[in-house]
Amino acid sequence: MSKKILVLSLIFAFILLSACGPAKPKVPYGGELKVGVNAEITGAIPTVGEACVAGAEIARDEINGAGGVEIGGQKYTIALVVQDNENKPESAAAVARRLVTEDKVLVHIGANASKNAIPAGGVCNELECPMISPWSTNPYTTLRRPWVFRVPFIDSFQAGVNAWFGMDEFKATKGAVLFDIGSDACYFQGHFFKRVWEGLGGEMVAFTTFTTGDKDFTAQLTKIKDSGAEVLYVPQYYDEVPLIVKQANRLGLTPKGGGTIRIIGHDGWESPDLIKLCGEDCDGLFFTTHWALDIAGEKTQAFIQKFRDKVGKDPESTGGLTYDAVYLFVQALKNCGELTGDLAKDRKCIRDGLAAVKGFEGVTGTMTPTSEGDMIKSVHIVQVDAKGNRFKWYRTVDPAAYEAALSEHGLSVEDLMK
Amino acid sequence: MMYVLQQLVNAVQLGSIYALIALGYSMVYGVLFMVNFAHGDVFMVGAFVAFFAATLLKLPFVPTLLLSMLGTAFLGMTIERVAYRPLRTAPKLSVVITAWGVGLFLEYITLASLGPWRRTLPPLLPEQVYEIQEVRISALQLIIIGVSIGLMVLLDFVVERTQEGMAMRAIAYDRFAVPLMGVPVNRIISLTFAIGSGLAAAGGTLFSTAYPIIEPMMGMMIGWKAFIAAVVGGIGSIRGAVVGAFLLGLIEIGTGAIFPSRLRDLISFVVVWIILMIKPTGFFGVARRQKV
Repeated sequence: MSKKILVLSLIFAFILLSACGPAKPKVPYGGELKVGVNAEITGAIPTVGEACVAGAEIARDEINGAGGVEIGGQKYTIALVVQDNENKPESAAAVARRLVTEDKVLVHIGANASKNAIPAGGVCNELECPMISPWSTNPYTTLRRPWVFRVPFIDSFQAGVNAWFGMDEFKATKGAVLFDIGSDACYFQGHFFKRVWEGLGGEMVAFTTFTTGDKDFTAQLTKIKDSGAEVLYVPQYYDEVPLIVKQANRLGLTPKGGGTIRIIGHDGWESPDLIKLCGEDCDGLFFTTHWALDIAGEKTQAFIQKFRDKVGKDPESTGGLTYDAVYLFVQALKNCGELTGDLAKDRKCIRDGLAAVKGFEGVTGTMTPTSEGDMIKSVHIVQVDAKGNRFKWYRTVDPAAYEAALSEHGLSVEDLMK
Repeated sequence: MMYVLQQLVNAVQLGSIYALIALGYSMVYGVLFMVNFAHGDVFMVGAFVAFFAATLLKLPFVPTLLLSMLGTAFLGMTIERVAYRPLRTAPKLSVVITAWGVGLFLEYITLASLGPWRRTLPPLLPEQVYEIQEVRISALQLIIIGVSIGLMVLLDFVVERTQEGMAMRAIAYDRFAVPLMGVPVNRIISLTFAIGSGLAAAGGTLFSTAYPIIEPMMGMMIGWKAFIAAVVGGIGSIRGAVVGAFLLGLIEIGTGAIFPSRLRDLISFVVVWIILMIKPTGFFGVARRQKV
């Protein structure tokens, strides 16, 4: 009898205890905020992933080293959850889903290449987790996705500046494009370049494509040479550019090969590996990118030094952009002002905090997001200096100057986007 | 006219590299009736061996080529000994799946040990470009084409004129009767793999001098294309592999030259499809009757 009472009272006590549960934690998330990083660590563009992870780690170490971020009178440290997306769109989406649902991160940073960031953005938007892509410049990454933000400028601006620069710098009217038809980002840039080039009064004489993984471009390049083009836009990445440029030199398209065609490119070129792989062949070529190390301000210089100490080489822009992404998250937390421990609520608060960012000073420039989550910021044109193993600053174009140049031809950014 | 000739030069360069790889597929198929899907990755290993020979040992072109061929021939023999020989009496499908596995193993062990970084071969060959009436041929292209053709002639000699070559052809003809005649089947099969892999390594070395980006996944796509070339030529036939490879190079470059480049792969593979519909065994293939 007494045994029964004992058992019953024990069960009762247990129910009572579990109803109360463990005492509610005073500090949400145990004082540690999880940040997911979805990066291209293996695959075709490994230096991008390397710089992204290093940039995030430098920001984390700075923040945690200073005792953490103070939100609502409480200090929080930052913990990174890093995952590899192998530079594959399907893996990027899977990694995003895993970070948001299993690792329960507060913010998703990544993916970098647009072909990965577009599907990852779809996942984050659907699962309502704020996402910041450090490097994706394609408009579709953020378009009609209130939960998705980015750090760089967008491709309509970048490709447009390239068209304008190509005409202006080389007094050219005949343009050509060579791009990968299997990549969303390259596809968009190729088409948008054509639209602006023709809008500015030029003629598109060779509009050529290849498929992801191709190594031989001789058929297309011979066609371009035959078309009489003056400027060739190559919106491709640093692992393909050396092949394209070397074959173009050998076929005699470029001044190096005895021809007259000027090759220009976009931010996918910016990697220390471009010079390593391409060498003298790429010397003197121009491309647009997010920053220029030789005109960097104090804040950027400090970051560059930290990056050099950590990785042993100069950072490519993904490093600086990811560093900025982490600080944008911190700024969003501050704008939000309070964390409740309720993941859905806090994610919403961080999203609103990101949308409220104004004139954020990052290492890659000053930025303010538009209502689409795109950043209004300047683009830098740099020139490859193979001997000096660096990219030399050549020119900076801010959005206002670009718009003014367009309006001279009766064009507007809105019309071009239609 | 000059445009057509220039595209022809481009096609011959691409075709001669496809040929070196297609030969390995065809030889192994001829002797064992098996499609060695790891062959594209053997090509990749050949390129990496050449890279290390040229950068770490600082060897010039010819020793680099020979070392790459030798090292990769050894790898081919090892793969056959370890992965395929135990399965010789197993169903064909098991062997094909094993070959896939070996291919993935080679890709990922390279990725895991050397990392995803792109590497480039130092310039081993002269960068001289000759211009004959606006058609540009580089010394590099001439050497690639020359070395490929030289190796193919050598292979033809081995297969047609030597005792080992005769044994290979005999095994291809009847694998069950030949051992009864005292032919060392295992040794001949090993030799087949060694030669096939050595040629793939030569292809890898030449490919990475012409297209100087070396990475662990580089063998995938080119392996497929060389396999298609071997099938179009008539898999199992050595001359067929060469013809198929040059044909594929010509079709790929030709469609890119004539049609909008975005239709290139579409059209070139429709052409391959039509060829196979008309000649299902490829150009030099012989229909084999299954014995019951």
